[in-house]
Amino acid sequence: MTHKSDVLILGGGPAGLSCARALRGLGVHNAVLLERESALGGIPRHCGHVGFGLREFGRICSGPDYAKRLADQAAGTDLRLRMTALKLEPGGLVRTTGPNGPEDFQAKAVVLAFGARETPRSARLISGSRPFGVMNTGALQQFVYLHGKCPFQRPVVIGSELVAFSTLLTLRHVGIKPLAIIEENERITAREPGTWVARLGFGVPVLTRTRLIRIIGRDKVTGIEIDRGLGSEEMECDGVILTGKFRPETALIAPSHLEIDAGTRGPSIDPYFRCSDHNYFAAGNMLRGIETAGQCWREGRAVAEMVIAELENRLPAREPDAHVTLQGPLAYVYPQRIYRDAPDHPLLFKARVSRAVRGRLSVVVDGKVVWSRRISALPERRIAWRLPNRDMRSCQQVSVEVDAA
Amino acid sequence: MSLWTDPQTPANLRPVREPIASSRVVIIGGGVVGCAIFRRLAIAGLQPILVEAAADILDGASKGNSALLHTGFDAPENSIELACVQAGYREYMAIKHKLNLPLVESGALVVAWDEEQFAKLPAIVERAHRNGVTDVMQIERDELRKREPFLSDRALGAVLIPGEHIIDPWSAPLAYAHQGLAHGGRILRRCRVTGGELDGQRWMLQTTLGDIAADVVINAAGNYGDLVEAINRESPFTITPRKGQFVVFDKPASKLLHAIILPVPTERSKGIVACRTAFGNLLVGPTAEDQQDRSRAEVDQATLERLIAKGIEMIPGLADHSVNAIYAGLRPATQFKDYQIAVDRQRRWVTVGGIRSTGLTAALGIAQMVGRDFAEAFDGVRDEEPIWTPVPNLAEDRARPYLTEAGGDVVCHCELVTRSEIEAALAGPLPAGDLGGLKRRTRCMMGRCQGFYCSAQVFALAEGRLAS
Repeated sequence: MTHKSDVLILGGGPAGLSCARALRGLGVHNAVLLERESALGGIPRHCGHVGFGLREFGRICSGPDYAKRLADQAAGTDLRLRMTALKLEPGGLVRTTGPNGPEDFQAKAVVLAFGARETPRSARLISGSRPFGVMNTGALQQFVYLHGKCPFQRPVVIGSELVAFSTLLTLRHVGIKPLAIIEENERITAREPGTWVARLGFGVPVLTRTRLIRIIGRDKVTGIEIDRGLGSEEMECDGVILTGKFRPETALIAPSHLEIDAGTRGPSIDPYFRCSDHNYFAAGNMLRGIETAGQCWREGRAVAEMVIAELENRLPAREPDAHVTLQGPLAYVYPQRIYRDAPDHPLLFKARVSRAVRGRLSVVVDGKVVWSRRISALPERRIAWRLPNRDMRSCQQVSVEVDAA
Repeated sequence: MSLWTDPQTPANLRPVREPIASSRVVIIGGGVVGCAIFRRLAIAGLQPILVEAAADILDGASKGNSALLHTGFDAPENSIELACVQAGYREYMAIKHKLNLPLVESGALVVAWDEEQFAKLPAIVERAHRNGVTDVMQIERDELRKREPFLSDRALGAVLIPGEHIIDPWSAPLAYAHQGLAHGGRILRRCRVTGGELDGQRWMLQTTLGDIAADVVINAAGNYGDLVEAINRESPFTITPRKGQFVVFDKPASKLLHAIILPVPTERSKGIVACRTAFGNLLVGPTAEDQQDRSRAEVDQATLERLIAKGIEMIPGLADHSVNAIYAGLRPATQFKDYQIAVDRQRRWVTVGGIRSTGLTAALGIAQMVGRDFAEAFDGVRDEEPIWTPVPNLAEDRARPYLTEAGGDVVCHCELVTRSEIEAALAGPLPAGDLGGLKRRTRCMMGRCQGFYCSAQVFALAEGRLAS
């Protein structure tokens, strides 16, 4: 038997839960949300430290508290836990397994909100042996906050994106001060690095321009080899925490019929958050890797509005008029699938550069520059801009270009 | 009267410590070869003891191979290796259903990428035919394209070996071990052999768990084969571990390939292979790098990048796929081309050394050979009615518990491993000895996230329950 509903949301993190809540507010009463874990909340569930919820709840709360508030707000929706989606098929048909064994769900609109995860050691191709004690922040946080354990005493932290400082807070929770933060670039990646390090770094040395060369240890980590530009040196430690380099969780999308964008590594979407099959929408970090929980929460709401528009047949049913192409040092731009006559809806582009760049960012439609501005951008910062839809009256070719000065 | 069958205590026996265990036969080494011999001798009613130095079986050379079931088409002619590979192949085919072992019937293609390699293809076919693999044939470029549309169009032609297949490299030896246990064998883990003496008719092996007495000792110690051999005699062979690094691509990549893609071999190694795995991934490797360290196989970024480049060169579409896992295995290479198998009846010692990458297939054949020798030597050794001990299926091409089990509670989301699968691997006659053993028995934490989502939960389930 196939369980049918108007909307099916896959993923119970900030994007999925805020979408569920917004849908109820907009009068959809038969949405179903499936979450594969045994609790709702997604990643914030195991970010035991504060730093969430200012935008959403007007106060700063801890990750688990935030996750609980999101879940409470989504109450009333048909929320099902321990449900693993296995396969996405055309027509909004989703095959799953869970406490009742295999089940099929089908919806007019399926919202994909699988989130993102950090790149593991394997995909980073890090040299050395493969002992226990090498893990991502996500795994560490589950050890610490969900199971009250810490797998090491003297780890090093690799990378300095914002999540690295979440790692520091996680370690402090169990009274552990890491030996160092190691960053291969010249400076720390997280915004306002001075503030972060001063406030949260607790005197942990930050080694910039330092490369992790090799992991040492047979059964457990006993050390690492690093290069600070002076040749290799060894550092004793008992754990390596690989932070950041988030990527969308596309395990179900890659083998499906949905188009994936090489830049974001998430599904290609149109301005209405629809994937290449209009029965599917995408929201949150699966669009492009990591942004804050607040950003995902906002996207969940925006997607809910678009789902309503789709259910009311207000969105174009045809194939998009153009696919965005990129020129210059751009890592990605989304949406990727563009319509000429976006009804009542300005085009909101989001992008990141692939390297630090000063120059001009332009949108070129059919050979004509329709919008441009000067930018000074870093790879880890989001760039966003709106394009009034009058600029898109005709469009066969849309390209986003960065001219480095 | 056979020398083997007289376990009477010699009169001049000096007082020794009480052995912690004794058996007619002790097998040193719990790799695939050791497990297969253990199974065979247990079925023969010999109640063997298998000792393994590591916390779990399959922790050495058997941990990291390319998981292929070989036909022997390219084995050295008239070699022991060829005989064992072919006997092993036949037995695997005969017992796989009873042990619930998978077989991905892929076939293999030796692909020529340039004129020089192309010129060698007829000789490969001829050798295969001489080796008795008579269905091997050369195929044209067009036929190759039809069979493997994602292969680079640089390929000039290929030799087709229909009988080469893909298996699960860990469930097979695990099943052998389980069957041996069911027939009264014993497995001792964290039991490293440190020395031994032949005292008249009996071996007394010193191990880290205590002394073990045996009428006959079988050395199946893999990468430590020459060191263990030195307990009995000056080892005629020296092991130089040959490291092979592998890259495993995520599951969607597996649709880029049907057959196992083999290179035209060189003298030194079978070369870099690209193939699917039984678990639904796509694998590229191994390299062949000699080293001295017998236990630690490191991966190396530059080499992994070369492997990926090599994979993309063969299958351009691989460029769009991400890497799930990286690993390195050590295969016990010796100065000789062939396996080093010898029986010293006088000294009650059997040597099974230098079993290279073909060992996964050959193990059952080697076990037959050793078993035959025992049957000749021992009076009244005869096979018991086999007790079949099917293992849980981990292969992607057949239904797994997440699909069949009501209440299937998925713990590892990438590899879809259920709680009950993990529970089962922590229980039974040979529970996982360490985390690696648990991963090999279930595939938990072995997928694309490498434990980002599930490692804490897996540890919580396994806490205090990893055996040995």
